[in-house]
Amino acid sequence: MNTMTTLTPVLAAAPGQAAAPRCAPAWRAPLGVLLVGMAACALMPDQLGLMTRIFITALFVLSLDLVVGVAGLATLGHAALFGMGAYAAGIFALQVHPDPLVGLAVGIAAGAGLAVLSGAFLLRFQGFTFLMLTVAISQILLSLAQKARHWTGGDDGLSGFVMGPLLGRFEFDLEGRVAALYALVVLAVLFYVARRIVDSPFGLAVRGIHENRARMAALGTPVFARLWVLYTVAGAMAGAAGALSAQTNAVVGMDSLSFALSAEALVMLILGGAGRLTGALIGATVFTVLHHTAASINPYHWLFVVGALLMLVVLVSPAKAWAWLRRRSGGAR
Amino acid sequence: MNTLLNILIDGLAYGMVLFVIAVGLSVTLGLMRFVNLSHGAFAMVGGYCAALLTREAQWSFWLAVPAAVLATALLGGLLEALVLRHLYRRKELEQVLFTIGLSFVLIATTNALVGPQVQMIPLPPLLSGSVDLGFRTLPAQRLLVIGAGCAVAALAAWTVSCTRFGIWLRAAVDHSGTASSLGIPIRTVQCASFAAGAALAGLGGILGAELMPLEPYYALKYLVLVLVVVSVGGMGSITGSLLAAVLLGVIETASKYLASEWGSLFFFVAMALLLAWRPNGLLKR
Repeated sequence: MNTMTTLTPVLAAAPGQAAAPRCAPAWRAPLGVLLVGMAACALMPDQLGLMTRIFITALFVLSLDLVVGVAGLATLGHAALFGMGAYAAGIFALQVHPDPLVGLAVGIAAGAGLAVLSGAFLLRFQGFTFLMLTVAISQILLSLAQKARHWTGGDDGLSGFVMGPLLGRFEFDLEGRVAALYALVVLAVLFYVARRIVDSPFGLAVRGIHENRARMAALGTPVFARLWVLYTVAGAMAGAAGALSAQTNAVVGMDSLSFALSAEALVMLILGGAGRLTGALIGATVFTVLHHTAASINPYHWLFVVGALLMLVVLVSPAKAWAWLRRRSGGAR
Repeated sequence: MNTLLNILIDGLAYGMVLFVIAVGLSVTLGLMRFVNLSHGAFAMVGGYCAALLTREAQWSFWLAVPAAVLATALLGGLLEALVLRHLYRRKELEQVLFTIGLSFVLIATTNALVGPQVQMIPLPPLLSGSVDLGFRTLPAQRLLVIGAGCAVAALAAWTVSCTRFGIWLRAAVDHSGTASSLGIPIRTVQCASFAAGAALAGLGGILGAELMPLEPYYALKYLVLVLVVVSVGGMGSITGSLLAAVLLGVIETASKYLASEWGSLFFFVAMALLLAWRPNGLLKR
């Protein structure tokens, strides 16, 4: 009876309100991610390492989606924020305290801090110049990390830190069960945060800036400030992804700052569809699984597959490409 | 003093290699508005062709280089005529994705055909020696690179600004509809300029084989450097590209000589400063 009373007014008002947007509650998709992730972990207990990698990559691509898909700022230097979080969490665990949650907070702060600093410079530029400057920033950071061998371990990578138990109770086991669940929960929580931010008035203003910068400025939106806040949020999320990667792998390599990581994340985002947040998760999952399967056969084989995939996505319409992909993954399993 | 001169010569040679590879990209990016990230792969194809022709087929260096450049031009022209021309009207992101994918496929193919080891181009005796310039002796190969770079710069600037072909190119870019109704063969112009850009990339790959070792990942590794040169120089500006390439080449070489432990830090700091100072490129308004 209760459902009837809530349904009837909606049905009665349907013709008049047909144009009103139908918004799913913000918690629904993150909860779905949590459930699907837990089911996947339960079904494939021998693939927990791969699962953890998918969750972390998904979080990273999600943060990239905020910058590229929502704000429309094409960047090829997002790995700088990821690597910053990873190194901050690793160094913190090694030198100060091994608690994972405090380390995660440090990683988030480091990512956000770098985003605040670099955003203040980068966001003054647009288009191709912005793109090239993000490349410059991440390469500068890479050079600095290589130079500061004492802190980062240089090309050998930062290792030798052991994480303490999560919440003081759950030890990181060898199977990676705690690591996978930890990454999954952080992903779901931050996905919820991202969803709330994108649907908020602030998120709508950023979308408006994406569509037409001049018009939003004319409407009185402080364009630079909005973008700066969004870039900082994205930096915090990328930092969280980096911190998770450092904590679950117990090693941070130079490749976490590399150009290749930024480019790969962009490819994942485009594969899944930019601007809708869920696309980032789908793209990261498909790409990581494909990578895992093809690279275990031959690394160059993998390049061939992803290259062909990219060209197909552009030449054939995305819908057809998705159907092809589904057929392919269905045949592979 | 000696070090300073060495830095200048090597930096100039390095800059010239960067310029020869970048100028084709600058033209496609700036004049044809096509984001071609497979440009590095063209350089790689040129270098590999020359290496294989001289080493495996035992061709003379002077015969192999034009053949390799021609092969790269052919590859570029074919790709343009068959696939890439359909992408001119697409969005930038789609062009980026397609050409990155193309680079990946070319890298994988190169590795499958030739293998992952570094390719050397054996130099003829004339180039492997050194030349006495009176005040000092220089490796002949460096002189060839610098000379070729200057020649390419002069030729490219002259072609775009003074010849009928250059006028056609600029007309086709500015308003393709009007240009074609005036009888300008737009398709030929676009295809030819793309092929010429690819050929120059191939030449750059051959000339730079000593400074930038040829291996399958070449296509991506040096793509960033070439993009930096194009963006700092200003898209479509040949003189700007030359200036940016030489400036950044000298900076990179100097930092390698004097502060190698800092990696490419100074290169990218210089790039960031130059771009912050002139976001549209050194020689654009």
